Formats: sequence, C-alpha cells, structure tokens
Amino acid sequence: MSEIIKLTLNELVAGIKKKKFSSHEVTKDFVNRCIKSKKLNSFITDNFDNALKISKKFEIKSNQNKQLPGIPFAVKDLFCTKGIKTTAGSKILNNFIPTYESTVTQNIWNEGAILLGKLNCDEFAMGSSNETSFFGNVENPVGKKLVPGGSSGGSASALAANLTPATIGTDTGGSIRQPASFTGTVGLKPTYGRCSRWGIVAFASSLDQAGPMTKTVEDCALLLQAISGYDPNDSTSIDIRVDNFSSNLTEKVKGLTIGIPKEYRVENMPVEIDKLWKKGMDFLKDAGVIIKDISLPHTKYALPAYYIVAPAEASSNLARYDGVKYGHRSEGKNLIEMYENTRSEGFGDEVKRRILIGTYVLSSGYYDAYYLKAQKVRQLIKQDFDNSFNSVDAILTPSTPNSSFKMGEKKGDPVSMYLNDIFTVPVNLAGLPAISVPSGYDKKKLPLGLQLIGKPFDEQTILNLSLALQKRINFKRNVNNWWK
Amino acid sequence: MSIDQKTVKYISKLARISINEKKAKNLAKDLTNIFKFIEKLNKLDTKNIEPLTSIAETKLHLREDNIKDGNIRDQILKNSPEKNKEYFVVPKVIE
Amino acid sequence: MEIVSEKTFDYFIKGEKNKWEVIIGLEVHAQVLSKSKLFSSSSTKFGAEPNTQVSLVDSAFPGMLPVINQFCIEQSVKTGLGLKAKINLYSVFDRKNYFYADLPQGYQISQYKYPIVGEGEVTLDMPYGTKKIGIERLHLEQDAGKSIHDLDPENSLIDLNRSGVALMEIVSKPDLRSPNEVNVYVKKLRSIMRYLGTCDGNMQEGSLRADVNVSVRKVGEKQFGTRCEIKNVNSIKFMQMAIEHEAKRQVELLENNKRIDQETRLFDTKNNTTRSMRSKEDAHDYRYFPDPDLLPLRLEQSLINKLKKQLPELPDEKKERFIKEYNLSAYEANILVSEKEISDYYEEVVKKSDKKLALNWLTGDLFAVLNKKNLSISQSPISANNLSLLINMIVSGKISGRIAKEVFELMQENNENPEKIVETKGLLQQSDPKKLEKIIINVISNNKDKVEQYKSGKEKLFGFFVGQVMKLSEGKANPQLVNEILKNKLKSNV
Repeated sequence: MSEIIKLTLNELVAGIKKKKFSSHEVTKDFVNRCIKSKKLNSFITDNFDNALKISKKFEIKSNQNKQLPGIPFAVKDLFCTKGIKTTAGSKILNNFIPTYESTVTQNIWNEGAILLGKLNCDEFAMGSSNETSFFGNVENPVGKKLVPGGSSGGSASALAANLTPATIGTDTGGSIRQPASFTGTVGLKPTYGRCSRWGIVAFASSLDQAGPMTKTVEDCALLLQAISGYDPNDSTSIDIRVDNFSSNLTEKVKGLTIGIPKEYRVENMPVEIDKLWKKGMDFLKDAGVIIKDISLPHTKYALPAYYIVAPAEASSNLARYDGVKYGHRSEGKNLIEMYENTRSEGFGDEVKRRILIGTYVLSSGYYDAYYLKAQKVRQLIKQDFDNSFNSVDAILTPSTPNSSFKMGEKKGDPVSMYLNDIFTVPVNLAGLPAISVPSGYDKKKLPLGLQLIGKPFDEQTILNLSLALQKRINFKRNVNNWWK
Repeated sequence: MSIDQKTVKYISKLARISINEKKAKNLAKDLTNIFKFIEKLNKLDTKNIEPLTSIAETKLHLREDNIKDGNIRDQILKNSPEKNKEYFVVPKVIE
Repeated sequence: MEIVSEKTFDYFIKGEKNKWEVIIGLEVHAQVLSKSKLFSSSSTKFGAEPNTQVSLVDSAFPGMLPVINQFCIEQSVKTGLGLKAKINLYSVFDRKNYFYADLPQGYQISQYKYPIVGEGEVTLDMPYGTKKIGIERLHLEQDAGKSIHDLDPENSLIDLNRSGVALMEIVSKPDLRSPNEVNVYVKKLRSIMRYLGTCDGNMQEGSLRADVNVSVRKVGEKQFGTRCEIKNVNSIKFMQMAIEHEAKRQVELLENNKRIDQETRLFDTKNNTTRSMRSKEDAHDYRYFPDPDLLPLRLEQSLINKLKKQLPELPDEKKERFIKEYNLSAYEANILVSEKEISDYYEEVVKKSDKKLALNWLTGDLFAVLNKKNLSISQSPISANNLSLLINMIVSGKISGRIAKEVFELMQENNENPEKIVETKGLLQQSDPKKLEKIIINVISNNKDKVEQYKSGKEKLFGFFVGQVMKLSEGKANPQLVNEILKNKLKSNV
C-alpha cells in the first residue's frame, strides 16, 4: 500500500511544497485506492479523470503560498460544485448539475486543492447512519456492515479508509462529530456563522454549518482556516477575523478550565463511555487543565427541541424541490399532481417523515405549542451554556452515547436513531463550536470520540485542548483494508 | 398526542407529497411515536422566556441597490426538466 | 350652526327586503421603485425578455440565500411616513409557505407578526366631505413570477423576471364604503407614492394591484358580515365593478337566508362577475415562521429622522399651499396636486405668468392634448417655460386669445418658442386702431344690406361683422378693439 495515502494533510502539503512528491503522484495514489474501494460506497460521483488531468498540470512553483496546494480532496455531496453533479444523497437531485460553486468549496479550490469526487451522505443530511441515501448505504472501514454514522457518513468513511487526505462535511445536529466518533477521525463543527452556507444544500438554516473532517487535530486547524470567512452573500455569516488556527495551535493549555456537565451522564450510559470520559479528564488534568463540575439543566430538552426546529426549517427549505426548475420531475395530469408525484417519488422515507413533522409543527393551531416553544427551549439551552462559560473555557463530553452499530439495526425505529445525537444536538441549538476527537475503543473494538465544546468563535481553544488530548491518547486507527 | 391517518393525509396535501393508504398508516404510527418523544417539552414551563430569534449575533447585512445579477437565462434554464429556451414549462394549473 | 355639505353619502345596496351597507377593505400591493430586487441583485425593469432578469437566488437553486436591499427598506419607511404611520424600529421577515409554479422557493419572504410600518391614515376628498381611511399596516414582501396559461394548450409557461421584486403591501382598515371611495383611495395612495418616488403606480404594468375584501350588513347593524376576498384586481375600474357585483351577490344570498362562505374569489373580466377560485378547496395554511436565513431588522431612529427630513411636500400639504398661494379653489387645487409632475409644471408656469390663465391653459388645452396623444405631463410636447411665454403674450396683448390657440397648436409639433412662431408667421395681434378702422369700414361698405338689417334690429349680425373683420385680418385683429370700433362705426353710420 502506498505510503502517501497514509500521510496527514499537513505532511502532504509539506511534501508537495518541498517537492518530495508531486501533486500528480499524490492524486494518482488516492485515485487508485478509491477505485479499489468501491465496496465502501463512499463516493456518489467521482472526478478522478479530471483530478488526474489537473494534478498533472499542477506546478508547485507558483503555488507556494497556498494552504492546500495540489491536494486531491473529496467533499460531501451537499456542497454545490460547478459542473459536477450534486445530489444531496437524493433521487430528487439525481441529475442536478450546478452552474455555481459553494463559497466553502471555492475557498478550498482557491487554496490549490483539486476535487477528487462527491461523497455519499444521508439524504438531505437527514440521518445518523448514512442509511437513508438514495445511492445506498456507506460502509464503515472499521468493520463490515457497520454504519459510519451520518449524515456525513461517506465523508467519514472515505477519510478513515484513506481515500481522501481530508474532507469537509456539514453538521446540523451532529452530522460531522458523530461519524467522526464512529470512524475514529477528527471532526469539527465551527461556530454558527463562522463558515458561509452559500451554495450548501440547505437542511435546517439556523443549525447547518460546514466543517473540517480530518485525521489529526493539526489538519483540522489547517482546514478550518482555509474554509472560514465572512460571506456577504450569506446574511447569517459573521464578519469576524479568521485567526491563524494552524500557526496558533499549541498544546499548552495549562490553566484552562474544563466543565463536565452532569446532565450528560445519561441513564443506561455504557460503562466504557463513562470510563473514556474520565480518561479524557485525566489526560487534560495532566496537561494542567482544571476540571470543574457544571450543570446544563435543560440538556434533556435539547433533542426534542431539535426534532421540532430542524424538521420545521427543513420542510420549508425542501419546498423548492418541486420538479419545476431542476431535478427529478414525475408525470402529472396537472400541476398539483406533478408536485405530489415528484416529491413522493423523489424523497426517501426519512426525508418525508421530517417534512411531515415540520409541516405539522408549523401548521395553524400548533405553531405556538411546538415551534415557538422549541425556540424558547433553545434560548434556555443557550443560556445554560452562556452561564457555564462564565466559569469554564470549554466543556468536555462524550461525542456519542454508543459506538457504531450494524446496518439495519436501528432502521425500524426513528426515535432510537435520533438518540444517537443526544450529545451533539445541544451544540447546534446554541450555535457553539465543537470538535470530536478519537479517544479510544469500546469492548467491540469500535472507536469512540470525546467532544470539546467551546465559546462562540473560540475554535482555537478547543483545537488546542484537542491537540493536548491527541498527544496523550495516541489513538491508532486500525485500517485493515477488508473491502479491497 | 396521537396522529391519525386523516391528519397524515391532510399534512401530506399541505406538503404536496402523495401517499397511499399503507404509507399513511405507517406514517401515522411513526409520527405518533416521534410526537410522543417531542412532547417532553410540555413538561417545561417557558411562559416568560423569549424565543431565540437568531443565533448569529450580528446586524442584518444591508445590500446596496445595484444591478449585479441576472442575464444568465441559459444557466437558469439549464437544469430544467422540460427543455425550453425562454420559460420554465409546467403542466397546466386549473384556477 | 350646523354646516350641511353639498352632498351626503348615498351608496347602498337596496335589496328586496332591506337596505345594505357595503364594507370594503383593501390590500394594495405596490411594487417598490428600486433598481434591483428585494433579496437579490437582479434588475426590476419592466418588459424584459422572459427569465433574463433572474438570478440563482430568484429561481431558488439549492443553497441560495437572500440578502436584503437597503434602498427597499428606505422606500417602505418613506411610504410609511407619507401615510402618517408609525415606523416600527424592529421588524421580522417571515416565510409564507405555499406551492405555486411562479413561487420558486415554495415560500414567499414576507412579514407577518412584526411589519416594518404600523398604523397610519389616508385622507380622501369626497363630494360629501373629507374622510379619513385608516391604514392597518404596511409590510415588505417578495413578488412572485408570472404564469402564462394561454401560449400552450397543455402547459403553463413560467417567467420569473418578477419573482423577488420588492412589494409593499398596504393594508387598509375596513373603512371604505363604496366603489367610488375605493377609486379615490387608490388614486390617493398612488399619488402619495408617486410624490415620494417609492412606487410608479403603473397599473397596466402591474406596479399596483389590489386584493379587495367585501362584506355587507344591514344599515344600522354594528357587526361586520362574512367577507370574501377578490384577488389580484389590476385596474380601478375592475375594482369598482367587482365590488358592486360582489356586494349584490352577497345581498341576494343573505336576503334569501343563505350563508356566505368566507372564500377567495376572482374577478372575471370577461363577464364582469366574481367567481370562486377552484383551487382553494382547503383554506391555505401558510405556516408562517421567521425566515432563518435572515435576521430581524433593527432600524435606527436617526435613519427615520433623516428620511423624514428628506420627504418632499406631499399632496395634502401642497393642496393647502396652492389654495392659499395661488388663490385656487379646493377643486382646482386637487386637480393640480393629483400628480406631482402636474403641480411642478403649474408652478413652473406661474413663476412668470398669470395664475388663472396658467390654470386654464394647463387643465384645459394642455390636458386635452395629452389625453388625445396619450401622453403624461412629463412627456408634454410643450414645455412649461414656453407655455408661460405664450400666456404672457396674451396678457400683454401681443396676440389674441384666438391666435394663441393657433400658436398653441403649432407649438405642439416641436415645442417651439411661441414668440418665434408669432414672429415667423406674422401673427402679432393687430391693435392699431387706424388699421382696424380701415378694415371695419371695408366690411361695412361691402355689406350694406346686412348693416341695414342690423340697424333695424337684427343684433345677432354683429357677430357676422366681427367674423368678417377677423377673416380680412387673418384672425389677428384685436377682438376688444374690433368690438369697440365696430360698435361705434355701426352706430354712427359711416
């Protein structure tokens, strides 16, 4: 197996810059590996030929100042890529070829990276196991028939299998962090407003954020820097300076205080997760961090609130998929019939469920009891965090209440699937930055992650803390290529 | 709160998604379970709480009144399911 | 002492059993005058080729996001100020969710709970006195695209040029009571917005449309009846016809003890009736919620103050001033202030010439020309300056009123300076008494028989002699002098 594909993003960038190897060599190795790894089903659309062509012409001489020069890079199929099919994992966009590029991916190409392909995901980012994609399930490289998590399942899978040196996903309720935990990789959801949402297929507008998914914390810092930035085309984008997360990255975290929220110690929490959590605290103590107990009293209301707000916004965001302007269109005697058939055929079951929930909670007579109430609960959850951040610099929790599970295991029960997001969802509701760092294995030898939640726009602190953890945990990903 | 098939059919009409009897039945069951879960919120008293109106704490960005867009008809119509050089084409609407 | 106005309000529907009052509320949709759309940078110009003024945002492609146009906000604040309304410093944009082919997002960005403008009022001058119509609110929203149903037998064609253009929805209180009040109300709204430059009020181009809410109640009853909404009426004439028809329809139902269904109806312009909209089986549930792609709008009071200072003189104030300054009647002032361009034109003319003559020539002769040629005053073939020159020549006696009419005709062709025309065509009034006397003597001597008849009592023949004098003088004879001299000559018997 090529050694190049095992390298981190930072190592690849350094290698290309120092001319240890060329962009073309790197791209060739990744493409070859991708071609042999079709069983994982991480890709929906590949751009291999183009990538090889572009990488061949790539000259490092004029690209020394770029952050990702000549790096082949696959992205979640939720980012609109110009001239390349973008499906959002759905039949309804099965034939959609955008004539425009999302701001975040454009930022990546501006730094010299080359599109490798579009990665599989849960349909319209709705799911926690990548089992709702129209293009089939994605395998977790960690083991056969195991889910990679979702909705950025294809991203996590490709990353963990070394099919792409790094990638970006989107996180609405945990869709970056949960798959990161399930695959033993690093995933960060930036503060809401840190990255532009322009050109990303919208799921829940007040919750969606794009974010880096990488093998190491150092890579994560580099990629976050590349994709962040104010975008006047996105009215929810914040005009705040993008720090040099990469060069400011340090494991010197002595004196920082970490909060441990007691409400995250849920009923029936597996012992191993609790153990892992404690180990994380010990490691951080070792780095000079002060551990403090805190309370986030409204935590248990976060998931129900999320499953009102997210579907509500989604039901409205997905109304544009009507067969009129683009995408799939079904037959119909008249306009209404055309709409109903198009959307019935074009959307999968989970998407339909959420659209119906969303439509219902916004409907006449129910708005106050559901949507308005959920927005109030959101305020309370945010206040919980704000209050805690008066006395702590970051918060440490497990990323997920369990490790990966077998495909099909949770399919029949939507609610049990939703419970996967119990630790990640509060973060989206409050708009905070959070990162999942691979921290160990459970009894089944499946990876688990620890989550660090930071103050608004303080990605630096959680990156630094993550680095301190990473150095001490020394997590090894066992990738045995069973799928080739 | 229990969601019955009649309600499912009504919401589906609002959402312009056609469903058959079998699907309506299953959805009624699924939605009822989901709503049982969601209704945990009812235990919380939120009488005096303001709803979160925006997560991003910033002022609404105001754009200057200049024409910087449009005139890209080819692009706009490129992905259209019914090919037409000037318009989007849809089945007739009965008013 | 009670002042009785000339007329009293008298619009009622006389049913078979009762006398009914008509209650009307209007929701006027006025397109904001701006270069680009409300949430995108596409052009708003009318009449472009289909789908050429459409951006990715307007056509709701995946991942597209709205960015609000600052100028549209200012335009709606100005309109609110013109309606003497409360400006809300905090307002929110909500999504109004429904499906239609000309609504690419599947929702319209509008304002529901927190509109940008609150309560205000509009004053109407009716024959029975002044009436204030309450404004409930004004809010900003996106316009939809256009569906064309008659180009293709099986399909409808969608043009999104209009999709996303900024609209101000002005909602009146149910204070209107007759088709004529609606007529005056819409014209007044239009006038105010045109003065402010916030909407061009061009109903043929669709810049101004209205949904009309109509209900009836027996005279003397306090409660409102069930109302029906007549959607999207795009001319005042149709509004009036629709109201009348709908009121009568409702009265007939009620007098026959039938119920009125609260529903949305369309005005059928072909047979001048209202009919139920077939697609509205269930009432729309718009599921309003604040648009999460936008933030609440927070305006500074300093902006409101700045805009207030910049307001032009509005129709009501201008009317009062005209009455005082130019000694006009309320009726005359009303005509002049109905359009800012007309009042501007008038003021330009009276800068240098007589107020009364200016009024007559403007509202008489010039209006006739404009109507005939279907022009607006801003397209007037005769400039204000030239009209004032013409008037001055009449006043100074250089030309007669009659010649002035001739010169006026000639001026229309290319706005030529009237003094030049008069010079070139030699149209100066003949006011030399000696020369006039000569002509008069000529006429008298050539028409001795008629002179006899005149002297024996046929006084009407005076006009004949005048006519002859005019003919011989090519119309240039000074009419007053002719009258004087002719009278004398006829008396004295040359």
